[in-house]
Amino acid sequence: MAAKRAERLVNLVIALLSTRQYVTAARIRGTVPGYEADDGSDRADEAFKRMFERDKADLREMGVPLETGRTSVFDTEDGYRIARADYELPEIHLTGEEAAAVGLALRLWESAQLAGAAQSALVKLRAAGIDLDPTRSLPIQPRLDRGEAAFEPCYAAARDRRQLQFDYRRPDEDTAVRRHVQPWGVVAWHGRWYLVGHDLDRRADRVFRLSRVVGTPKATGPAGAFDPPADLDLTSVVARQVGGEEHLVVVRARPGTAVGLRRRATSLGPADDGDDRLQLSTTEPWALADELTAYGADVVVEGPTEIREAVVERLTRLAAMGESA
Amino acid sequence: MSAAGTTDRMTRLLALVPYLSARPAGVALSEAARDFGVTERQVRSDLELLWMCGLPGYGPGDLIDVSFEGDRVKVTFSAGMVRPLRLTTDEAVALVVALRTLLELPGLAERDAVSRALAKVSAAAGDAAERVTPVAVSVDAREETLTVVRAALEQQRALHLHYYVPTRDERTERTVDPMQLLLVDGRWYLEAWCRRAEGVRLFRLDRVDDVVVLDEPAAPPPQATSRSIDDGVYRPGQDAPAVKLRLARAGRWVADYYPVEDVAPVDDPPGGLAVTVRTADLAWARRLVATLGGNAVVDEPAELGAQVAAEAREALRRYGVPPAPGDG
Repeated sequence: MAAKRAERLVNLVIALLSTRQYVTAARIRGTVPGYEADDGSDRADEAFKRMFERDKADLREMGVPLETGRTSVFDTEDGYRIARADYELPEIHLTGEEAAAVGLALRLWESAQLAGAAQSALVKLRAAGIDLDPTRSLPIQPRLDRGEAAFEPCYAAARDRRQLQFDYRRPDEDTAVRRHVQPWGVVAWHGRWYLVGHDLDRRADRVFRLSRVVGTPKATGPAGAFDPPADLDLTSVVARQVGGEEHLVVVRARPGTAVGLRRRATSLGPADDGDDRLQLSTTEPWALADELTAYGADVVVEGPTEIREAVVERLTRLAAMGESA
Repeated sequence: MSAAGTTDRMTRLLALVPYLSARPAGVALSEAARDFGVTERQVRSDLELLWMCGLPGYGPGDLIDVSFEGDRVKVTFSAGMVRPLRLTTDEAVALVVALRTLLELPGLAERDAVSRALAKVSAAAGDAAERVTPVAVSVDAREETLTVVRAALEQQRALHLHYYVPTRDERTERTVDPMQLLLVDGRWYLEAWCRRAEGVRLFRLDRVDDVVVLDEPAAPPPQATSRSIDDGVYRPGQDAPAVKLRLARAGRWVADYYPVEDVAPVDDPPGGLAVTVRTADLAWARRLVATLGGNAVVDEPAELGAQVAAEAREALRRYGVPPAPGDG
């Protein structure tokens, strides 16, 4: 940024912080160095106006709480001030250990938006007198939002509570379908990112996998357009919609086979024919049926019947594949 | 300059005077540069700019004053810039969500400290943290495994473990030299030198069983360097043989899930997708096709399809389902 402009913005912040009165634009123009002087011409007025509008927008964008109002009823136009209590970061004291935790936490972010925010949060905490040692390292490399292109626009729309539209392609659909959503938030769940929100076309709460979003989601309409449910727990919404109800499945596995199933199964002891009876719990019965199918003759489903039938159906299709080949 | 650049410099300029005010004994320029993540030259240029700023009037007693003693710098007049600006929503989210994520990590020795830091940061963030946080991270972890692996890393010792390889449905036994832990989108991986494979490998912790810290030092050889995970944790071999599949609609998730090439829509099966997957591991391909339960047709190699079908027929016999016509 041009040094002149940075200097002007810093001076503007100091000037507005140092007064309890609202200061009019004209007065700011006369006091704060760097603004186009008033030479009575319309051109100079215009130039000042443009400059001042841009400065206000930039300060607000940075989070500077710029207030507008009038000090007394006799004032003929609005002025500006910055209330110190709203501007300043409240007192915060962290012990060495706590500061180390913050330092580590801030390294979690990968997306430009939140990594940048983490860096500026760090700067502010240091300016509040906290010593955060950047050399302290744990042999942990946490990554949170790596490489998910839809993350930033979805996050930003949820933060600002703006309506979001995007093209979404379910793997079993031929083409992407335009969705209109009130975004509540983004969640990492079992290693995948999801957007949680209210689908306006389907009039229902929905969970979307970010990797299935085609192109860049676009926020539309004003900020603060909706309120997410007050008792919202993003993770449990995803767990409910993606996860579903729990089912118990009993299978027989030949001894020494089905290593992967045994890692998470409860053993029910041997069956008459020497196979091992295993009980499995799943929230995704059809995915389990797929998995059981892949074990072929090593694993036979005892029940429930619908899972047994689902596996037989899959095996029948696979067997037929050999016929046509 | 870009909007982000503008904001970065302004954030620094507004923070620099409070930073120095909070350290009345002064700060070495190199330390300030490190703390702000910029060069010393940049800090110097920021200070020179701040020197020109101050209270309206802008006389000698109104301007920010900074003094140098050797290479140490301290502020002697702050013009009322004593505290940094509040946290923005993004900053509060970055902090609060990351701390909450750390709290979810099992076996974290610093748990209490993280929890206290979270409470203090939330209080200081005020409004910015009070709203429903638009990001949540749920971490998968096996407490015991993670605790043992962390201990090995801290003591720099080798590990003995059993690793489940889903593609072959095998439990393998390995001795590894741990290098680092990675947490990628809520999943833990151990990066280590595998003595059996003589290479750097990523081990997903939820597939690790019976891990034991050995009484010998971790000694990854010099050629063991961290591989970048910027392209994802799963990387196919470029020169591996091609497996050509036609995916039915219900099997098209494969194209989402694995790196595939030569993707093209096809009419048979209806709404299908032809893809090429590269793998040297035919057992893996066999499993994948079987998992798809008929939602994938194998075009190449032909023996892959025949093998899957033969295995399915054998399985059907165990279910007492009559063999398909023409099957002997």
